Amino acid sequence: MAYFLQQLVNGLALGSIYGLIAIGYTMVYGIIGMINFAHGDVFMVGAFIALIAFLALMAIGVTMIPLALLIVLILAMVLTAVWGWTVERVAYRPLRDSFRLAPLITAIGMSIVLQNFIQVAQGARVKPLQPVVTGGYELFTEGNFTVIVSNIQILIVVTTLALMTIFWLIINRTALGRAQRACEQDRLMASLSGVNVDRTISITFVIGAALAAVAGLLYLLYYGVIDFFIGFIVGIKAFTAAVFGGIGSIPGAMLGGLVIGLIETFWSAYFTIEYKDVAAFSMLAIVLIFFPTGLLGRPEIEKV
Amino acid sequence: MAEPGKPLGLRLKSALTDSLLAGVVAFALFSLVLGLRTVDGVTGLTLQPRPDLLAIAVGIVFVGRFLLNLFVWQTEYPLTTPFAKLFTRDAFDKRDITVLSTTAALGVAGLVISAIFNVPALGLIAWAALLFVGLGLLRRLIVHVFPDLPYAQIFIVGGILFAIFFPLTSYALDRAFNLGLPLRYWFDLSILVLTYVMLGWGLNIVVGLAGLLDLGYVAFYAVGAYTFALLATHFGLGFWICLPIAGLAAALWGVILGFPVLRLRGDYLAIVTLAFGEIIRIVLLNWTEVTNGPNGISGIPKPTFFGLPFSPFAEGTTFASFFGLKYDALHGIMFLYYLILVLAFLTNFVTLRMRRLPIGRAWEAMREDEIACRSLGINTTVTKLTAFATGALFGGLAGCFFATRQGFISPESFSFIESAIILSIVVLGGMGSQLGVAIAAVVMVGGFEALRHTDGLQSIFGAGFDPALYRMLLFGIAMVGIMIWRPRGLIASRSPTISLNDANAVSGDLVRQGRR
Repeated sequence: MAYFLQQLVNGLALGSIYGLIAIGYTMVYGIIGMINFAHGDVFMVGAFIALIAFLALMAIGVTMIPLALLIVLILAMVLTAVWGWTVERVAYRPLRDSFRLAPLITAIGMSIVLQNFIQVAQGARVKPLQPVVTGGYELFTEGNFTVIVSNIQILIVVTTLALMTIFWLIINRTALGRAQRACEQDRLMASLSGVNVDRTISITFVIGAALAAVAGLLYLLYYGVIDFFIGFIVGIKAFTAAVFGGIGSIPGAMLGGLVIGLIETFWSAYFTIEYKDVAAFSMLAIVLIFFPTGLLGRPEIEKV
Repeated sequence: MAEPGKPLGLRLKSALTDSLLAGVVAFALFSLVLGLRTVDGVTGLTLQPRPDLLAIAVGIVFVGRFLLNLFVWQTEYPLTTPFAKLFTRDAFDKRDITVLSTTAALGVAGLVISAIFNVPALGLIAWAALLFVGLGLLRRLIVHVFPDLPYAQIFIVGGILFAIFFPLTSYALDRAFNLGLPLRYWFDLSILVLTYVMLGWGLNIVVGLAGLLDLGYVAFYAVGAYTFALLATHFGLGFWICLPIAGLAAALWGVILGFPVLRLRGDYLAIVTLAFGEIIRIVLLNWTEVTNGPNGISGIPKPTFFGLPFSPFAEGTTFASFFGLKYDALHGIMFLYYLILVLAFLTNFVTLRMRRLPIGRAWEAMREDEIACRSLGINTTVTKLTAFATGALFGGLAGCFFATRQGFISPESFSFIESAIILSIVVLGGMGSQLGVAIAAVVMVGGFEALRHTDGLQSIFGAGFDPALYRMLLFGIAMVGIMIWRPRGLIASRSPTISLNDANAVSGDLVRQGRR
C-alpha cells in the first residue's frame, strides 16, 4: 500500500510535466491541425535555457534560491517562447496552405535542427545539476517503507495547477482565447470576421513553447540531469497524453499527461523498467487505434 | 514589406528595421544557448562565455537579412533572377548578363587574391561560385544548341550506365595505370548511397504511391538485418538462403504492424508507425538472450559468388582462385556494390511494374482520395496492407544486405533518425518520383559524406572543425529549406500512370495528395 502510494505521488509529478508539454501539442493541433513534431525539442531547448540561466545567476551571485528560480522561470519562458515563435515563422507558416504532410516533414526537420544545434553548441555529454530544491515531507511509514512527498514534487504539481488555471482562463475568458477558438473552428471565416489569424497562430506557438519551458525547468529540477536528446522520448509521451486526453482539449491534455505519467511510473515499479518506453508507445498505439477521439475530445468528421 | 519600386531611401529604411528586428530575435535565440557554454568543472557545471560566437551568429542573421531585403525581397529586380534563369529556358536580358558576368569576374578575382595571399577559404567560395555559374551556362548552351533532346531519358540512361560501369572501369583503370585512386572509399560510399536509394525506393511504395506516411520504416530494415544475422550465427545459413527469408519476415511484420493502423489517417498513422519502430528497437536493445542487446551481433558472413567465397585463405576454391586472379579485397567490395545495385534496380523494377497492376492503381487512387476510393468498391484494407508489406519486403532485403556488408549490427543502427533520413530522401526527391528519390539519396547521403572530406573548411572554421558534427544539423536545415523552397520535392512532376492519349508529365501541384 505504501509502495503504491509512493508510486502514485511520483506518477502525479511526472504526469504534470507531461501535461504541460501536452498542452503545446494539443493547442497547435487544435488550431492548425498539425503535429508539431519539434515541440519535444522546444521543451529540451527550454530545459537547456533554464540550466544555463540558473548557472549564470549563480555565477553572478544571485544565490537566493526562490528568487533565482523565479528569474530562471521568467527568462526560460520568454526565451523559449521566442524559439517557438521562430520555429513557426520559419518552418510552418510558409507551408500552411501546402499539402497536409508538408508541415509534418518540416517539423521533423526542425526537430533534427534543434537537437543538433544544442548538441553542437553545448556538447553531447549529459548536463548534471546539483539538487536545488531539497527536502520533503514524510507522510507515513508502513513496515520499513516510508512514503515521502518531496518539495520538488509539490512544486511541480502546484506550478502545473497554477499555470493550467491561468491558461484555462485565457482560453475561455479573453479575446485572445476567443480568437483561438474561432481559428480552431474555421480559419477562413475567422479571418473574415476580423481575427488576425497569423497572429493568433503565432501566439498559440508562443504559449505552447512557454509552457514547455516551464516543463523543461521542472524536469531539470526533478531529475537533475538533461541532455540534448531528452526532447524526443518526452515529446512522444506528451503527444500520447494529448491524444489520450482528446486532441484539442486543454483539460484533456492535463488529464492525459497524468494518466501517461501514472502508467509509466507503475509499469516501472511493478514490471520492468527497461520496457517503460514500450509501455508508453504501446499505449499511444492502443489509444490512437481504439479511442482516436480521446477522453475529452470531439469526434472528427471527414467531409468529402 | 515595402512595395517593389519604392525609392531607395524608403527601401533602405524598411530593410534596416526588418533586419534589426531579426537581429534582436536572433540575439534572444542565441544569447544563452550559444553565448554561454556549459563545461564540466571540478564542482559541477561551469559556464564559459563565448561572446565572439554570439556576435558572429547575430551578425550573420542581421547582415544576411539586410542584404536579402535590399537585393531580393524588396526590389522589382531580385538579384537571384539570373541565377534562377540558368535552370530555365527564359531569355537573358541585359541586367542578367551584367549580374552573371560580375559574378564570374568576382569569382576570378577571388581566385587570384586567394592564390596570391594564400586564403583558401576565399578560394573555396570563388570556386563554388564559378562552378555554379559555369555549369549553369553550360546547361543553357546545350539546351540552346539541342533544344529537343529527351534530356530526362538521357539523364536516366546515363545514370544507369554510370552506376553499372563505374566500379569496373575505375578498378581497371586504377590497376592498369597504377593511379592509386581511393577506390575503397569510393566503393564504400557508393554502396552506402545505393543502400539509401533502395530504402528510398522501398519507402516510396508506401509513402509516394499509397500515400501512407510511415515514420517507422527502419523497423523493417532492422527485422531484415536481425533475421539474417540470427539465422547466420545460430544456424549457419548463408546469405542467399536468408535474403528471401529476411524479406518475407519483414513483409510479415509489415502486415502485422500494418493491420492495426489501417483505420488511422495521415499524421496519426505516422505517429503510430513511429511508435512501432521505436518498440522494435527497444525490444532489440533489451531482449539480450536473443539479440545480445546493445552489444549487437558480430561475425555475420559475407555473401558468396555462386558458392565461391571472397577470402584470402585458400580453403577450397575461392573467387580469386576459380578465375585465376590474384586475391584482392576490392573484389568482395565490388561484388557487394553490384549486389546492392541489383537489389535497388529490383525494387525500382517491381515498383514500376506494380504501378501497372490493378493493385498499384488502387494504391495511387487511395493516395488521391481514400473515401472516393472506398466508394468505388476498392478494398482499402487489402490495398493498404499490400503497400505496407511490399514496402517492408524491400526494407527487409536492404536490411539483410546491410547486415552482410557491415558484418556487425546493433540496435544503434536502427534509430528513428534513420527513418527520418529515409523519409526525407523520399520527400525531398519528390514523392512518387523514382528519379527524384535516387537524386535525393545521392545528394543527401553522398553530398554530406563528401562534405566531411572537403579541405578548406578547416581554414574557414578553424583547425578543430569537424564537419561530421555538423552533418545532421545541415541535414535538418536542408530538409526544412528544400521543403519550403520546393514543397513538392526536387522532381516535382510525374507522368500519370494511365492517360487517354499522350502521357504528359503533370506538375505535382495538380495532384491532390492529402490536400485538405
